[in-house]
Amino acid sequence: MFDFKALTRRAEFAAFVGTLAVYLFFLYFGWPTFPTVLVTAGWVNVAAELGIVALPIALVMISGHLDLSVGSNIAAAAITYALLCGHYGLPDVIGLPAGLAVGTFFGFLNGLIVTKTKVSSFIVTLAMSFFIRGLIFGVTKLIVDNVQVAVDVDPWVEKTFGGRIYLAYENAIYLFLIMALVISWILYKTTFGNWIFAIGGDETSARAAGVPVERTTIFLFMGSGFGAALLGVTTVALYGSAQVSAGQDKVFYSIIAVVVGGVLLTGGYGSPLGVIFGTMTFAIVTSGVNSTGWGADWSLLIIGLLLLVAVLANNTFRNLALSGGKVTTTATTPDPPRLPEPVLEPSMEKENDHV
Amino acid sequence: MSDQSTPYLSLENVSKTFAGYQALADVSLNIRQGEVLCLLGDNGAGKSTLIKVLSGFHQPTSGTVRVEGEEVTLKTPRSAAERGISTVHQFGGTFPLMSLGRSFFVGVEPKKGVGPFKVFDKKLANAVVVEQMQQMGITRVTDGERLVGSLSGGERQVSAIARAVYFGAKVLILDEPTAALGVKEAAHVLRIIMQARQRGIAVVLVTHNVTHAMSVGDHFAVLIHGRKADDFAKGERTREEITDLMAGGEAMAELEAELADLTGTTNDIH
Repeated sequence: MFDFKALTRRAEFAAFVGTLAVYLFFLYFGWPTFPTVLVTAGWVNVAAELGIVALPIALVMISGHLDLSVGSNIAAAAITYALLCGHYGLPDVIGLPAGLAVGTFFGFLNGLIVTKTKVSSFIVTLAMSFFIRGLIFGVTKLIVDNVQVAVDVDPWVEKTFGGRIYLAYENAIYLFLIMALVISWILYKTTFGNWIFAIGGDETSARAAGVPVERTTIFLFMGSGFGAALLGVTTVALYGSAQVSAGQDKVFYSIIAVVVGGVLLTGGYGSPLGVIFGTMTFAIVTSGVNSTGWGADWSLLIIGLLLLVAVLANNTFRNLALSGGKVTTTATTPDPPRLPEPVLEPSMEKENDHV
Repeated sequence: MSDQSTPYLSLENVSKTFAGYQALADVSLNIRQGEVLCLLGDNGAGKSTLIKVLSGFHQPTSGTVRVEGEEVTLKTPRSAAERGISTVHQFGGTFPLMSLGRSFFVGVEPKKGVGPFKVFDKKLANAVVVEQMQQMGITRVTDGERLVGSLSGGERQVSAIARAVYFGAKVLILDEPTAALGVKEAAHVLRIIMQARQRGIAVVLVTHNVTHAMSVGDHFAVLIHGRKADDFAKGERTREEITDLMAGGEAMAELEAELADLTGTTNDIH
């Protein structure tokens, strides 16, 4: 029989309910524009682009860390690609992988600093975010004396990373799906995935159990650097130019999508499917408002509310999961913490017991 | 008594100093297979430091650690684990939001498949954890997908002990396993300790509770201010003597008299 209770216990259930709710909301208030093919393409594209960044960040967050440097990393990869190919005229087979490598390298630096110094990843990646942004600003101004770099993207790149599948649907959707499959595979099917949950759950216990905590953490930051870089080169392929200030909004948007998707901010819990729902919810809200005629200004207000509601809903569903499906949350022992101290009991003192 | 055989794990004159503070001073202990060694002492007596030395979290400042008579350095928890020394912390040292199957196998994940397509064998992991929990008397656990956090404190202790036993622990160090438990659950954990002892595992039980210690212990060591104040076998001391030792040498009777002065009658102290 279909087990509805077991379904509600899954990490992604609340995220799915959220996506469904906002979709129905805008279906009603955005009728008849919202469900059209073009408007749908609009929000699906937003979800796909955000998902490429958010999915690897979800792994970082499940391991109990944060990555605030992705916004700058998106721009770093895009600028690297555009400078090498647009300004220096190198072939795309060099420029594009170089862009990806730059993003992955900054991710590696994040991971290295976090694991070696034990400084919170919040601070390390925040600092790295400013560092990278400043670096690409300086370097780009120095080389092209401008804040944006145009590039003639090779046709093969335009057909793969850029381009459209059908009408306005971007090829980024493919990248998003591949990313989702890879991330799910890593998390659920590999031993590495188990280590991610363990590190996020309790780093000390994970280390005691023999998990290579440092190596795993560095690898996760490299993953989020790569995800950001992938979006960076994709935007260049789509629009034929790179901007120094690109990607700034993606930092918080991706974290919102991950949290709305049911990943616990303190780590140890979450699912890629939930994050996919999280990016969809975010995309529906930001794009859906345009179909209502209320003005786009309201979308930020709705996102703020949504984030709060999502976190509350996630807590409720997590408690449900912890209670093993029971509606009440009495998972712990019902005995009160009062422990009788047997040594003071007169009856026991009488027995002159040698053990 | 088996005092003549070589102990599995032993400490000789071990001291540990932290930035001028002496946490352990000249402690010698023998830990034998098939025996429960109870480590008694008040808060701050050095019990935690001692088990951290035994489990590889700390290295002693001076003194020797021996495994099967051979001098060793337990650099990391992992190197201790490789020698069969397994530590279970007060709250089970587990991951509340992981499934039972996943958390049971952290660091030693079972795999299936070939080459680069080797995947985590979830089915096997879940089956093993359910089987082990059932064997340990936790019969209500029938699904390895259940989250660890949905278990009670006692069940988590039992699952952590089950894990150590399953992976072939020779020495099982239990840090206050019964401290936060109700009477029934504590009894269950004590029964599991006896089972482990019967399998020939050396158990080091850290506890505050004299009754629990006396019910399972074969050998007792009492720590006071980082020093071993007493070391005796089962039956060599009375309950009063042990309680007095644990209160830091101050006679419990004195304390009771003091309390009686404050409250009027000893019977009110419960």
